[in-house]
Amino acid sequence: MSDQNIKVALIGNPNTGKTSVFNQLTGLNQQVGNYPGITVERKQGFCNLPLGFKATILDLPGTYSLNASSLDENVVIELLLNKNDKDFPDVVVVVTDVENLKRNLLLFTQIKDLGIPTILVINMSDRMELKGITLDIPYLEEQLKTKIALVSSRKKLGIDNLKKLIVDYNNVSTEPCLNASSIDPEYFGGLKKAFPNQLLYKLWLVITQDVNFSNLDRKTIETHNFAKSPSDLKRLQQKETIKRYQFINDVLKVGRTIDTENAKDFRSKLDRVLTHKFWGYVIFAAILLLIFQSIFDWSSIPMEFIDQSFASLSSAAAENLPPGVFTDLLSQGIIPGIGGIVIFIPQIAFLFLFISLLEESGYMSRVVFLMDKIMRRFGLSGKSVVPLISGTACAIPAIMATRNIESWKERLITILVTPFTTCSARLPVYSILISLVIPKTRIFGIFNTQGLTLMLLYLLGFGAAIFSAYILNKILKIKNKTFFVVEMPNYKLPLFKNVGLNVLEKTKAFVFGAGKIILAISIILWFLASYGPGHNFEFAEKIVTTSPENANLSEKEMEDAIASYKIENSYIGIMGKSIEPVIEPLGYDWKIGIAIISSFAAREVFVGTLATIYSVGGSDNEETIKSKMQAEVHPITGKKVFNFASGISLLLFYAFAMQCASTLAIVKKETNSWKWPAIQLFAMSVFAYTVALIAYQFLE
Amino acid sequence: MQTTIDQLRIGQSATITDFDIEVIPLKLIEMGCLPGNSVELLQIAPFGDPLFLNINDSYLAIRLETARKIQIELIQE
Ligand SMILES: Nc1nc2c(ncn2[C@@H]2O[C@H](COP(=O)(O)OP(=O)(O)OP(=O)(O)O)[C@@H](O)[C@H]2O)c(=O)[nH]1
Ligand SMILES: [Mg+2]
Repeated sequence: MSDQNIKVALIGNPNTGKTSVFNQLTGLNQQVGNYPGITVERKQGFCNLPLGFKATILDLPGTYSLNASSLDENVVIELLLNKNDKDFPDVVVVVTDVENLKRNLLLFTQIKDLGIPTILVINMSDRMELKGITLDIPYLEEQLKTKIALVSSRKKLGIDNLKKLIVDYNNVSTEPCLNASSIDPEYFGGLKKAFPNQLLYKLWLVITQDVNFSNLDRKTIETHNFAKSPSDLKRLQQKETIKRYQFINDVLKVGRTIDTENAKDFRSKLDRVLTHKFWGYVIFAAILLLIFQSIFDWSSIPMEFIDQSFASLSSAAAENLPPGVFTDLLSQGIIPGIGGIVIFIPQIAFLFLFISLLEESGYMSRVVFLMDKIMRRFGLSGKSVVPLISGTACAIPAIMATRNIESWKERLITILVTPFTTCSARLPVYSILISLVIPKTRIFGIFNTQGLTLMLLYLLGFGAAIFSAYILNKILKIKNKTFFVVEMPNYKLPLFKNVGLNVLEKTKAFVFGAGKIILAISIILWFLASYGPGHNFEFAEKIVTTSPENANLSEKEMEDAIASYKIENSYIGIMGKSIEPVIEPLGYDWKIGIAIISSFAAREVFVGTLATIYSVGGSDNEETIKSKMQAEVHPITGKKVFNFASGISLLLFYAFAMQCASTLAIVKKETNSWKWPAIQLFAMSVFAYTVALIAYQFLE
Repeated sequence: MQTTIDQLRIGQSATITDFDIEVIPLKLIEMGCLPGNSVELLQIAPFGDPLFLNINDSYLAIRLETARKIQIELIQE
């Protein structure tokens, strides 16, 4: 008995607190957001129940009803209609928000019709007093034919009760709570007769949704003379919805009382300011500005510290370990490579902190509202703002967050342009280049020029996204009905535990995800840079020391000359030299070329690559990556490699190029074809190259 | 008085009477936009679109084009 595992699915309208309940049950934390549609895939966690039971808990994306109108909602229906799905639940827990009970119960009544044991969680019970809500739980349990757990996941109340109910799921009724088929008795009566072994509501869903389950598809049903025209179906669905609402209204009239004295509140006052036609935009701009200041200015102190620490770690490793290939690999390849990513923890943490605060508080929906009209001119939706903003963290979750955009054309355009927004992987590249080529001064005593440059790059990213959306909107010939509904959730004080854990989790994922690639690439690069084919590499020392033009060099200079001769004749040097003609017009040398190529796997690899190449190429380990880049001189022109012109050209290249294999993969998944990612890769790369070329030729 | 949602003033309430069944998406109905339910206009976004409504205790925003298709009966103050 004690090793029995109960499969539980958490289902509910968007933003009712499913993920918060999930976090309370499992302790396994993940993103919690106060913007409808944050959870976009299935998430799983485990939980211990009373009496030694265990449960597997599934957190699902929010859905308004079982009539799927978006991809998110499909995830839920496919699970509930497919008994063979490995995650098919033993018990469904429908999570509702006590303040939105009427609407939230619609989905509950639909799920009740599926014959699965269903428990009702009424969440956010901490808000009841404030809102003057009282509930007659026994009455509601009786009418809704279920067990109810009154929960506050914020205050951690009622979770134990919920666990008890889950253990006891066999005693929960599987009866429907209303007879929805009475909207058309003749039609449903006929259906029942033709398929006596199937649940009526499941048949109905198969007919209306075109989803398949247990060998029964829409065609089979329709051949039995049950086909209806789309508009008849829609009419029936509407009737069904009205019928359900009537039932819910009747139940709540008795089971719930609201003391309306307490109603009008804070939210409308705040909305008046935050969605104001002038102040709304000012506040939005100020928030964005604050984010950029923090990313560039405030995080520079911990970053310098990290940079120094890694430089001393490298030299400590070089001095204290026995000399040899392994020590070289460690001190010249791995440590600088990892350092190149660890240094960005402060900036990335700030970024995720702000984004999760915006989502948690409910502000994001106001931005959607504020921006819809403007975005529509560019073929986007107000909802595209969310992917564009969260794209500043990472394009992958951002592209997944486009799923709640109702119009396919608006959604496709959003997916295609999102990679232009400045993601956190570009930050490492931007930061180091800006600090090299932009002088550090202050304007008006507050704005740091380097911070402003960074902000310009972010704006450039948004600008490129908007501009290409405008073009795509003109080119793409997709006819569809535009339609837009966005829920405006109540403002919530962010749960600092949620935000903190989210920042921690995302930062960790970034560091380890990027860390793995960087580690692998820096090891490969180190080998390629430390070994070379043939005569030139093998006898590098002899060739350099005996060369007459080097006769007057000091010992230190001689060492450097040998090292750079060696790297030029290593495998990587030879590869780099062969691509040099392509990138030379942009102002880059072959080392940058290698860094660009290796960063096609992921942009943040750029810095690590240069760190590795320069460590192998120089004799001094104590310098930081930045000072090494600073000191790098072009062997022919004698100019600094990272000068203003080449720096700007590189910045622009990174702003526009599509250098992220994972993003291409997710675009393929979301658009269901290779066509779109291929177009994206081609168009963005060509554009980036051209812009970088023009910039360099112009500035130089 | 019979009119449509887009004609409401901020703060004004009405009862939904009817809508064009072919153009109103099911999702809106599921969010509580049904004949007989109340609707209040809370805010209009800059540039006049979308509208921020309280429909049957659901707080949501819809575009003007949809609002035009929903008929209402004003509640007399
Ligand atoms: N006052 C209060 N707020 C809560 C409670 N539980 C969750 N919230 C807040 O409600 C918001 C939404 O919570 P989530 O857990 O992301 O909701 P969800 O149902 O998973 O949302 P989606 O995944 O987008 O469908 C967040 O701002 C939470 O902080 C609660 O018990 N009381
Ligand atoms: Mg969630």
